[in-house]
Amino acid sequence: MLLIWTSILFPILAAFAVAIGPTKSAKWTAFAGTLVSLGALTLFAWNFPAWHNAEHFPNTTGPSWIPQAGITFSVGFDTVSLLLALLSAFLMPLCIAGSFSSITERTKEYYGWFLVLGSSIILAFAARDAILFYIGYEFTLVPMTLIIAIYGGTERRVAAIKMFLYTFLGSMFMLATLLYIGWEHRLAVGAWDFDIDTLTKTTIRLPSSTQYWIFAALMVGFAVKVPLFPLHTWLPLAHDQAPTAGSVILASAMLKLGTYGNYRFALPMAPAGGAELMSVVAVLAIIAIIYASLICWVQTDAKKLVAYSSVAHLGLCMLGLFALNPVGAEGAVFYMVNHGLSTGALFLCIGMFYERYHTKDTDVVGGLAKRMPIWASFMVLFTMASIGLPGLNGFIGEVLCLGGTFISEHDGQSGYPGVLGPWYAIVAGLGLIFAAMYLLILLGKLVWGPLREPHDDAAHASSAVRLSPDINFREIAILTPLAIACIWLGLQPKPMLDAIAPCAERMLANYPKEVERLMAQSAGTPLASLNNTTNESSSE
Amino acid sequence: MIEAMSPQLILLAPEMILFVAAVTVAILGLSKNHGIRASLPFITCAALIASIVAVPLTWTNENAQSANLLMPMLGRFVKPLLAGIGVLLVLLSVGSVDRKLEESVARGRMAFDAHRVVRGEFYAFFLLSMMGAMLLCNAQDLIWLFLAIELVSLPTYIMVAIGGSGNRNQEAAVKYFFLGAMSTAVFLYGFALLYGSTGSLQFLEIRNALVSQSEGSGIDTLATIGIILSLLGLCFKITAVPMQFYAPDVYEGAPTHVTAFLAFVPKTAGFTAMVLILTCVGWSGHTLIDSDGIRIPYMGLPTPIAAILWMIAILTMTLGNIGALLQTSVKRMLAYSSIAHSGYLILGLIVGATDGVEALFFYLLAYGVMTTASFAALAALERRGEEINSFSDLAGLRLRHPAMAWMLAISAASLVGMPPFIGFFGKIYLFIAAFEADQFGLVLAAVLNSAISGLYYLKLAIVPLVAPPSARSEEVTSVPSRWPFIAAVLCGVGTIVLPSIAGTLVAAARSSAQSSPIVLTASESKSKSDSKTNFKGSSSGALSAAPVTAPQALPTASTH
Repeated sequence: MLLIWTSILFPILAAFAVAIGPTKSAKWTAFAGTLVSLGALTLFAWNFPAWHNAEHFPNTTGPSWIPQAGITFSVGFDTVSLLLALLSAFLMPLCIAGSFSSITERTKEYYGWFLVLGSSIILAFAARDAILFYIGYEFTLVPMTLIIAIYGGTERRVAAIKMFLYTFLGSMFMLATLLYIGWEHRLAVGAWDFDIDTLTKTTIRLPSSTQYWIFAALMVGFAVKVPLFPLHTWLPLAHDQAPTAGSVILASAMLKLGTYGNYRFALPMAPAGGAELMSVVAVLAIIAIIYASLICWVQTDAKKLVAYSSVAHLGLCMLGLFALNPVGAEGAVFYMVNHGLSTGALFLCIGMFYERYHTKDTDVVGGLAKRMPIWASFMVLFTMASIGLPGLNGFIGEVLCLGGTFISEHDGQSGYPGVLGPWYAIVAGLGLIFAAMYLLILLGKLVWGPLREPHDDAAHASSAVRLSPDINFREIAILTPLAIACIWLGLQPKPMLDAIAPCAERMLANYPKEVERLMAQSAGTPLASLNNTTNESSSE
Repeated sequence: MIEAMSPQLILLAPEMILFVAAVTVAILGLSKNHGIRASLPFITCAALIASIVAVPLTWTNENAQSANLLMPMLGRFVKPLLAGIGVLLVLLSVGSVDRKLEESVARGRMAFDAHRVVRGEFYAFFLLSMMGAMLLCNAQDLIWLFLAIELVSLPTYIMVAIGGSGNRNQEAAVKYFFLGAMSTAVFLYGFALLYGSTGSLQFLEIRNALVSQSEGSGIDTLATIGIILSLLGLCFKITAVPMQFYAPDVYEGAPTHVTAFLAFVPKTAGFTAMVLILTCVGWSGHTLIDSDGIRIPYMGLPTPIAAILWMIAILTMTLGNIGALLQTSVKRMLAYSSIAHSGYLILGLIVGATDGVEALFFYLLAYGVMTTASFAALAALERRGEEINSFSDLAGLRLRHPAMAWMLAISAASLVGMPPFIGFFGKIYLFIAAFEADQFGLVLAAVLNSAISGLYYLKLAIVPLVAPPSARSEEVTSVPSRWPFIAAVLCGVGTIVLPSIAGTLVAAARSSAQSSPIVLTASESKSKSDSKTNFKGSSSGALSAAPVTAPQALPTASTH
């Protein structure tokens, strides 16, 4: 409990210290703040009693905040949220170290906001109270909007405003739904309470039509954040315009809030809704995979390419989650962590060459293996991890997500029937082939081939000379922990998968029953198509 | 008679303090001594703080019970709220009144002329208006209510005219005065009809009469029309549809520190008056406990009143938000935003006792702090000696005036309902109350409106913090006085710190929202037994969706 609050509040204290202290020491104060936060969280994880026991949530109580509305300060972790919080805390110091040379103006504000961003993300993962979660979830928007709007590229203001408005609209729906769920609990029990587990116990007893709407409304909020196909348009622009560290946190931690929201709220709270809408979400996820992959193929801006590949990868993650069996869910959670590592690292790599060449256009820059051999080897490693090369971390998650989708059939041999099945897996698998193609094309242009450097370097010469041609020691120190994590998780995925498994099973506990009930209703059709599910819901 | 009066008089201690201070300030304003004239705002502040202290000392349970009030503890929350925000409003006006005159006197360009100074009058009117708003809380009858509302309004017309030195002040004052007079006529007519229908001016007797009417054939048409007209007239004070149209012009034309006053004090007074009138009618689904400890049901808001409030709420928030979207002037935008917030606040009126009223009071507190923060930040700045008005004045503000840029951003974040600022808690508390009354439609409307409001509040945060400075904004300087700056910082800190004691504040608002037990006369007590049986019958049907909420509705959270 104390450790959790330390990891949440210490960065805020550090942010105050940054604001008050001198500009020179701002970056080191920020770095120390995030290290303490990471240290506290690691210490907590070290003594975490529930690695193999999903039923047990240690330290979930907290002091009451607004007793009349049942809002409390309760924080606690299960393995999934702990892994994601660790991921965010792990990336924070790397991001801050990665900004040392790229952020030269308004540094105090930058580091201050970065620290606040880090603590609100950890708060969102740690919260066991729905309103507390919302506070963390929503507040991430403020520092991120400012980081993009102040430190971003040429279209930064448009990007920041677009991101803010999309996410804000989505989360207003989410807030209304959370309050509605609280109201249902109030009706059932007689008191307001926003404890997530208590709410879940209430909502799974609601009629399935109510659950359908709860699920749909929560889904809208989280789908913006994930982002799922029709709501993804804010993401590439935000990524493109954000400063490097902003992109890293956006892709690795903030987008995970969306998938984590599905894992923590939408899926367990409204199993009837989740079962009915699983095929809709799965279809949207597959569209996202294919569509984003095709865009990546023709993308010449390296950063945009990675941003769109994020859309595709998170589509796959959502597909695994909505296969509604433990295999898919384990894969999805595992993939969340590993996408955070490999995509974060890719953004860092791209940021490093952008700092040297001031362009991300792969038509202008290329063949950098000759100029930056150390950088090139890291780049290749992380791209391979992102593609899903066996032996690296991306592979396990992808295979489990696809495998989960594959066995999510109506005859349900795994004990978890579903409505997806092999065809979904095959189409989504195409996306992985695309991913290999576009990422290899990126590598081919950027790393290999003849050396191409922009000629009009004169304008940037003054800032470019400061940096060594290849990445320096600081940058190597940033990328090395990420590389170790990628390789280690690729070779030793089992401890983490074992820790996730009970949580995944617990989350899906109500699904076999619900899916079977739905199948009984639509008996005769081998695959409940999109039309079927919506018709059923309206007739209910 | 004198014994009966004395508890009332003790309850009026804060008003007496303000009145004495008002007279003192008016006289001292004529002093030739510059130091004395400069101290007027601080005397005003001291009086307001003294009145805050006086409230918990005098407004005890015993005194309130013997004073025969409709809502015995109303003043316990509303008076300190008014005076507390009032202190901030005084601070942000320091140095604005009589500024040109004082400057020329200081430079020796003209001699001091007691006929031309208005500072004393300004703060006297400030205190009188504040006193009117406080008097509302003690209202026992319609006459008192009417006089108190007028005491709130009349000084504000003058404050708009004399508060600044701009040319548009007079125009705004005239607009405000004529439209205000019209609204007064409307609600006075409503009061008259209410009297005609119930035969009494006393709130407690009006309530009894309405109870017996509703137990007969329902509240009669005359009373319904009377209540509706009263509410429509009061809509002027709270800047709600259909009486909202003056707000953008007047808010823009008035000096900024007076605008901040208009955005809070008359609005709080209007909502308090509406709560009092609606408490006479009561809300459905709630019970009252009579003097024998027996629960009897409130008859509920008659359908036409409920429907009209519903329409007012939705139209007000939508119109306010859409209007705010289209503005290029910051003050006009804040005027529309103030309209939109009235729309949210009406949610509390519809939900009613006690959850809704409690949420309304709490939201008024949140609204007061955050809206004053934005006006204070504007009041702390000027461009070539004139007020900040357009967004281009604010572009890139953080380079030259970082603190004010941040205060604008914080107030915008709080106004839009971004956690963890106070506005967020006000909003979820209103929504929770609306859920208690099954008003899902209203919650949905408010949620959609909050989403729209994100568009323009974002502008208020992004333009000062991020936008590159424009030619206009280069000329922006801070006003000579530091007090508006301090007021802005205090409000900004308030929006961040107050959520941590939200539980205590809500509890205080809750106790104020209680209405007194109903005491029926002998002739009416016969029908009481009928109503009890009716109530039992209905509670299994219509009310089954919502558990009957006794005055102690929201139970405290269960311990984990």
